[in-house]
Amino acid sequence: MSELPGDLLYTNDHEWLRRESDGSVTVGITEHAATALGDLVYVELPEVGQDVDAGGDMAVVESVKAASDVYAPVGGNVSAVNEELADEPEKINADPYGDGWIVRLTVGDIDEGELMSPDAYQQLLDELDD
Amino acid sequence: MSELIFEKSRSGRRAFAQAPTADDDLGIPKQFLREDRPGLPEASELQVVRHYTRLSQKNFSIDTQFYPLGSCTMKYNPRACNSLALLPEFAGRHPLGPVRFGQGFMKCMHELQQMLKEVTGMVKVSLTPMAGAQGELAGVAMIKAYHDSRGDTERTEIIVPDAAHGTNPATANMCGCVVKEIPTLSDGDVDIEALKGVLGPKTAGIMLTNPSTLGVFERHIKDIADMVHEAGGLLYYDGANLNAILGKVRPGDMDFDVIHMNLHKTFSTPHGGGGPGSGAVGVNKRLLPFIPVPVVKETEVDGETVYDWATEDDFPQTIGRLSGFMGNAGVLLRAYVYMRMVGRDGMEKVAEYATLNANYLMARLRDAGFELAFPNRRASHEFIITLKHEAKDYHLTAMDVAKALLDHNYHAPTTYFPLLVPECLLIEPTETESKETLDNFVAAMIDIVTQAKEQGVQFKEAPYKMPVRRLDDVKAARELDLRYAPE
Repeated sequence: MSELPGDLLYTNDHEWLRRESDGSVTVGITEHAATALGDLVYVELPEVGQDVDAGGDMAVVESVKAASDVYAPVGGNVSAVNEELADEPEKINADPYGDGWIVRLTVGDIDEGELMSPDAYQQLLDELDD
Repeated sequence: MSELIFEKSRSGRRAFAQAPTADDDLGIPKQFLREDRPGLPEASELQVVRHYTRLSQKNFSIDTQFYPLGSCTMKYNPRACNSLALLPEFAGRHPLGPVRFGQGFMKCMHELQQMLKEVTGMVKVSLTPMAGAQGELAGVAMIKAYHDSRGDTERTEIIVPDAAHGTNPATANMCGCVVKEIPTLSDGDVDIEALKGVLGPKTAGIMLTNPSTLGVFERHIKDIADMVHEAGGLLYYDGANLNAILGKVRPGDMDFDVIHMNLHKTFSTPHGGGGPGSGAVGVNKRLLPFIPVPVVKETEVDGETVYDWATEDDFPQTIGRLSGFMGNAGVLLRAYVYMRMVGRDGMEKVAEYATLNANYLMARLRDAGFELAFPNRRASHEFIITLKHEAKDYHLTAMDVAKALLDHNYHAPTTYFPLLVPECLLIEPTETESKETLDNFVAAMIDIVTQAKEQGVQFKEAPYKMPVRRLDDVKAARELDLRYAPE
């Protein structure tokens, strides 16, 4: 598996988030999650403008093996969703940290205490591997 | 791929056996008769016989192959169940005919209710749910109705362990509840501390399968039951794995309030292919008023026992009806015959042999080098192996092994379920398999892994010998094409 992007923060649920320059946050699932799920066949996206609570489910990714909730790593308001995933869910498998982004949130202050650095997330992946 | 029967159709071709005759005048008024012929295929009798015989030969089924599909209990359906259920007195009975003309059938259904009640330790059984998922729906609907009847309307949370069948959270959702998932410990038991954390005034109930889909018996079931009841919630028993404890332990004695049984799993009625199934439900005293109707009741008229339907009049708080009538009569009859044939002692033997077969197969595979997901636990009726090392070291995934098994003429075990075990196969041999079959299955498993290890075979394109090769299930899911459209 390729190296983790260093500019992202990660969660226990194998999601990533990126702080954008306008202060919003982009969220997706990690390569580990995408590989574990296998080829995705369907993505259910939230409505733009919807409020989400930290830890609440905001999207669903479904593969031939399983359907899995995508949780909001932080609370906020959905400012954009990746509409292209409706027709091409495979983008998440092909480019999980880029074209495969899922939701963008307008957020207030983020409590980074709950989130993981790339190093900490790598450690979690190493432990799972054992 | 073979032609569809529609593609074989030639205008005007007939099967003599099905040709209408003058005697077929059913007395239907002319204005209700259709003018156009229905769009049915036209083929000769021999063409039809060959077509369906060929299709059946392509099928993997319990009649032809070992079918160790975990949590599905694909056991053999004795032929006697079929032939007795097809007696003309049963098959010809009209469901809306007066009950006095169907007392024999009604008595069978009453006895079936009684037997299911006794083997599960519940107070009453309703046979109306048409499938396992509908039984679940009925069960959670009853839990909701119970809380609502007490004005306890804030109870909307259903707790589900992460090892559960996907239908459990789906059912809770369908009933308008919020799902609270709790983790499983590394030994396969429910995480009691996590359970404590989610129990509260919003708890409507918990849905449990015991033995769980991890193939182990929940050892703290009594504590769990006490904790949930103390918090004001109820316990739902998913009967998917009832086969393992039949005649040994009863869900009612474990303090479950409601249970659904998959008669097509445990009681040997036709299984797979989307039905017809049966998801009979059993309730304890608490949920009795809410039981789905109709159920068969025993009454006395002029000193004689008469069977009749108990309906909304008898259970005014019922959650209602789940189908046009009373469940799948033919399936229920097969279950009845099976239970009568097996008897009280036989039920216990079913559980014993199902467990013995699973543990034998588990030990043989372990000794052959396969990694068990729960090595410190005895299997119930099924067990899990994980192929994570084979996947990592030899690129041999659980799916590859499953497909390669088809070429050895074995139906694949359940793959990638439960979700919390990576690269897993969930294997359930059932009680109806011989030691020789199990030994041959082990030999096939060893053969597949040895080829991968020693010759680098990855089986990425397996199966090689089946009429249909590896299916592109991703394409099939992304580009759904379900309808045949005639030209």
